[in-house]
Parts: sequence; structure tokens; C-alpha cells
Amino acid sequence: MKLSFLLAGTLLLGTFQFLRAQGSISGNMETTYQYLVSDSAIGALQPDEKSLVNSFMNVNYRNQGFKAGARFEAYLPRILGYPDRFDGAGLGYRYLGYENELVDITVGHFYEQFGSGLIFRAYEDRALGFDNMMNGIKLNLRPYKGVTLKTVYGKQRVAFSEGKNQYAPAIVRGADLEFNFNQWFPKLAENDVRINAAGSFVSKFQEDNNSQFVLPENTGAYGGRLDLRYKKFYINGEYIIKEQDPSQDNGFIYNYGKGLLINAGYSQRGLGILLSAKSIDNMSFRSDRNATLQDATIGFIPPLTKTHTYNLAATLYPYASQPNGEVAFQADIIYKIKRGTMLGGKYGTDVSLNFSTSYEPMRRTDGITENDSSRVTYKTNIFENSGLLYWRDINVQIKRKLNKKWTVKANYFNISMNNDVLKLTNAKGIIESHIGVLDVQYKINRRHTIRAELQGLWTVNKKDRGNWATGLLEYTISPDWFFSAIFQSNYGNPNPEDQINYPMVFVGRIWGATRLQAGYGRQNAGLFCVGGVCRFVPASNGLTITFSHSF
Amino acid sequence: MRLLIMTFFALTFTCGALAQEHQKGLLEKQVPAVQLKDMDGNTINTGELENDGKPIIISFWATWCTPCKKELNTIHDMYIDWQAETGVRLVAVSVDDERTKNRVVPYVDSKAWEYEILYDPNGELKRAMGVNNVPHTFLIDGEGNIVYSHNNYAPGDEYELYDKILEIQGLE
Repeated sequence: MKLSFLLAGTLLLGTFQFLRAQGSISGNMETTYQYLVSDSAIGALQPDEKSLVNSFMNVNYRNQGFKAGARFEAYLPRILGYPDRFDGAGLGYRYLGYENELVDITVGHFYEQFGSGLIFRAYEDRALGFDNMMNGIKLNLRPYKGVTLKTVYGKQRVAFSEGKNQYAPAIVRGADLEFNFNQWFPKLAENDVRINAAGSFVSKFQEDNNSQFVLPENTGAYGGRLDLRYKKFYINGEYIIKEQDPSQDNGFIYNYGKGLLINAGYSQRGLGILLSAKSIDNMSFRSDRNATLQDATIGFIPPLTKTHTYNLAATLYPYASQPNGEVAFQADIIYKIKRGTMLGGKYGTDVSLNFSTSYEPMRRTDGITENDSSRVTYKTNIFENSGLLYWRDINVQIKRKLNKKWTVKANYFNISMNNDVLKLTNAKGIIESHIGVLDVQYKINRRHTIRAELQGLWTVNKKDRGNWATGLLEYTISPDWFFSAIFQSNYGNPNPEDQINYPMVFVGRIWGATRLQAGYGRQNAGLFCVGGVCRFVPASNGLTITFSHSF
Repeated sequence: MRLLIMTFFALTFTCGALAQEHQKGLLEKQVPAVQLKDMDGNTINTGELENDGKPIIISFWATWCTPCKKELNTIHDMYIDWQAETGVRLVAVSVDDERTKNRVVPYVDSKAWEYEILYDPNGELKRAMGVNNVPHTFLIDGEGNIVYSHNNYAPGDEYELYDKILEIQGLE
């Protein structure tokens, strides 16, 4: 017994030594620790465990074309507001793979995206607790120059309970074939023309376990995309059709789904213009027809809104895509007023304008017998909207460096959000708010910089939670220290009891690729969003320590 | 039994010593090979990025990341001098996903950045290089080895980065 144990150990160490000798290892880890206290003013309760921790470490090994990796993750228990589908500690991700000029094969867990992701996107966002990775096989081929074939086959992760991955019931399989015409016809590039075209097909299989309806067990989705560029102009688009996919999301209707995304842009030195449009109808595509929230999504519907970063503009009234249907538009203009002019000043002035809006699609029922056996309940036309506003955001930012020491940014946002649809709070109807932000930076010397933000948010007619203000002070010492203090106040809440202040302080130390940060104070409840996916974080009071390291 | 244990340890240590003598360390690494698109739609193998024996900066950024843009705009002001003195080349890897990816070209052009831009919309290179969050900047020496990396950006960090470039170029 002892001998075999020893032999196994030797073998393991030997392998380790072999690995040590060849190839390379890279990875990263992050640990977030919270110690929370009760705070009756914000309704925060101390968890029974008092302290919470989320932790993960990724290790990737590569040796010539061979690759392998794993992630260990732990939620003991999960931090506040993190999805409740995570608990325990264990191996959450592992893969083996091989790659050369022709093939790229991965077995085990993998992430992948076809085109814009509208038809297929397996990705992770650890900060949000979003991870719909596949468990199966991925095979990518580059059989000919300018041709890429991607294929995926597997099941998606939906949860991690008691340290083990749980997968969605449906099997997902798909293929994406892309052509880069410039690699075939060099003449195109000579004439400043660039053309990429691609087609995708994704299908899922889930057993029909419903006694009320005859459900399609196989649901396919297909579509194509095109990307054209001529000199400084570009236009790209993707159109996806989804077959009958009765689900919890769409109320078990048998309509086809369709989604269209179009972007057009023009840019030159000092000027960038971007126009985007999106028409979505019945495009919730999941590998479990009964799933809700952010669970088991196969496709990704990007919200057509700017990602705001200032506290009040980003966390109070953000937008989330409506997979059941929306018609949305966006325009962006980035302009640099030349340096040395009266308006531009010594260094030039940056101006950026952004407008985005989203509406309910027009669902036509003429010629449709409601509740007939087809269960096709309406028809829509691309880009036709019903006039019901979901969201509108008009914002402008002006940035100017005054001299070597001072830089000033001024921002204004006008955001209207339909709370009957987005349901962020209990208020009814459209909540319109004006937000102003002043951001001033003063460079004391090469290494020391101080920055302050003053933000105000005013809702029209003091609707919802009324007025807010935020002040922030940040002091950085390059390259290794930062200190900041933030004070948020709901001073204008129509309900005097809810006029709550949220003070917080942060300190951080950075050593190259290692970072340690501690924050203490009261945190407002709100939506924490990254890249269009959001999670709700309840109000809390306490200490949060984050440690991250890359190697 | 004791003999066995002794032999076992002796063996492994010898192996380890031999390995270390002849091979580079496991954590001394190069840029992993991942297929990413550039702004013209061409596929670029990140394992083949090179700069004629001169250093390369790889900077992970996003259009929604204020410190990232601050860093790249600051370097942009000094880039001509940096290039003249050291021949360094900067590759800016955008981790914008479909929501904001189309903002990259207008933003880069309006700022007149001369960097090479690569798209990493699903975080393939980000994951392979162990990046937790943006901004994260790597410095690659003339032989393709990653010699320095820094997470976060505070005004003034560019001087440390440039000092490292001078150091590996032996120009300090």
C-alpha cells in the first residue's frame, strides 16, 4: 500500500518536474472576502456566518501546441448578492486541447462565440457570477487561408452547487463558417475594400417533458453576417432566425424568433461617428426552456446603450436587453476640437455625444386567431415599434486638459427608463432623471495625482427615490498605492426615513500584477452591471477585501 | 522503506536540478497563441507578434474603461519619443464585447492612435494571459519573453513602464 502510494507520488512529481522543464504556466486568482454587520437603516442583516468569501484560481499550461487548464473555485459561502447557484468548493473548469495551424481542438470546458454572439456565446464574467461555459468538444478548423470553421458540442453550466458543476438539460451543437475575402483577392485591399462574410447554425435538443403541449425537442437557429469596409467607412450586420422555441420566457408560444443588428461608422483623425440599430423579437434562446434570469443563455443580445462608469449614471437606472422584443437605435459622435484654437485650448478638447433609445416592437394580431392550436400569437415587422418607450439616454461629455496639472471633465446625462418593463424599483411608469458629473484631476507631480468627482442626480417630479448626490476623492501614488473615499447620499428621497447616506473608504496596494484592496463602509443596493449583464446587489455595511494576482 | 524514501527524494531533486539547468523556468513565458481579429478583419496569431527584436507592449483595454483610455492616451502623447528611442511597439487588445465593440474604431481613429488594435470580444487572450481586469499591461522583450506586467493605471505609471523598456534595452 505504502509502496504504491510512494510510486504514484514519484510519478506525479516526475510529471511535475517534466512540466517544470518544458512549456509554460500562466494563470490568475482572485479572492474576495466580506465581513458584514447589521445596519437597520438600510435593512442589511449580518449573515449567520458573519464572513463570506469567493475565490478562484485559473491555471493554464501550454507546451508547443498542447494546452490544458483548470479552475478551482470556492464560495464559502458566496459574497453578498452573488447568484445563489454557487456554493461549495471544487473544480469548476478543466480542459485539454491541441492547436496547430490547421486545427484547434478542446475537450472539456470551453468558451466560444459566433459572430456578434446573438446566436451563440459561451462566456464568463466572474465579477457578476455569470458563466455559461460549455462542457463537451470544440473543434475549430482553418482548412484554407481566409476560411475558419468553428464547431461546438456540449452542455452549458448553470450552477455550481456543493462544489460540483450542474449543467442545463439541453445538448447544444453548432457550427460557424467564416470567409475573409481579402485573403483570396488581394486586389480588394489594394482598393481599400475589406469583406468578411459568415454563416452560423446552432441547435439544441431538450426532451419534451411537458404534459400540456407537444414541444419541439430540437430547436434550430441560423443566420449570417456581413462586414464591409471601404476606406474610413464601415458597415456590418448580423441576422438570426430562431425556430419554434416555446419557453417560460415567451409564454410557450410557437412563433419564430428573429434578431437583426446593424452598425455603420465613419472615422478620421479627430472624428468618429457610429450608428447602430437593433430589432429583436422572441430571441430568448436558452438550453433550458424553463430557465429564467441569466441562466443557460445560448445567445447574447447586446444592449445598445453606452456603458456608463460614473456611480450615479451607472448603478441607479441601467438598461438591460429585452430578449422577448425591442427595437433600439444608437448614435455616437466623438470629436476632438483642434488644439491651439479658441474652443480647443492648448491641448485640444474632447467632445463625445451619445444617444440611445429602445422601444417595444409592434406585435400585430390581425389575421391571427388567438388561442388556436398553432399558438402563433402575433406577427412583427423588423424595426416596427409600438411607440411604447423602454429607454432613452442622451448624454454629452466634454474633456479638456487645461495645463500640465489640471484636467477637467464635465458630463450631462438625461435618462428615461420605463420601470413597468425594467422593474428596478416599485415606482410605476417612466422615470426620467437628469445627471450631472464634474470630474477634476490635479497632477501634483510625476507620481502623485488627486482626482475628485461631484455628481448629482435629479428625477423629474422627484419620482422614485428622488434626488441623489455623490462625492468622490481619489489619491494615487504611481505605481503602487491608491486611496479613495466616496460619499453617496439620497438626500432628496421623498420619504424622509429613506434619506440615507452611504460613506465608504478604499485603500489599495499594487505590486505589478498583484493587487490588494480593502473597502469599508455602507454600500447602496443597486445593479452591478458589466457588458450588459447585471446582478442585483443588496445594501450592505462592512468590510470587503479583494486580493488578485496574475502569473 | 527509509531507503526508498531517500532514493525517491534524491531522484526528484536531481531531476529538478537537471531540468532547471537546461530549461527555462515554467513561469518564464511568452505570449500564448490565440487567433484574434485586427481592425481590418484579418486574423492575427498573438503567438507570432514580433517587433524585429525590439520590445512590445501589450495593453488590455476597453472603450468603457476610463483608466485604460487615460493610460493609452498618455502613452500616445509620448509614443513618438518612445519609438524613436527604443523602437517599442504597442499592441492594444480591446476586451469590448458586442455591446461596445463597434465603438473601438471610431474611438481609436478620433484619438489618432498609432497602435495596433486587436479584438478579444470573448476574453480568449485575456484568459490565456491570466488577466483579472483591465487595464493590464505587459512588456515583452526582443526575444518574446514577458518580462513585466502591471495591473491598474494611475497617472505616472507610464514612467515605470518606460524605465522597464529602457532597462531591457540596456539603455538605462
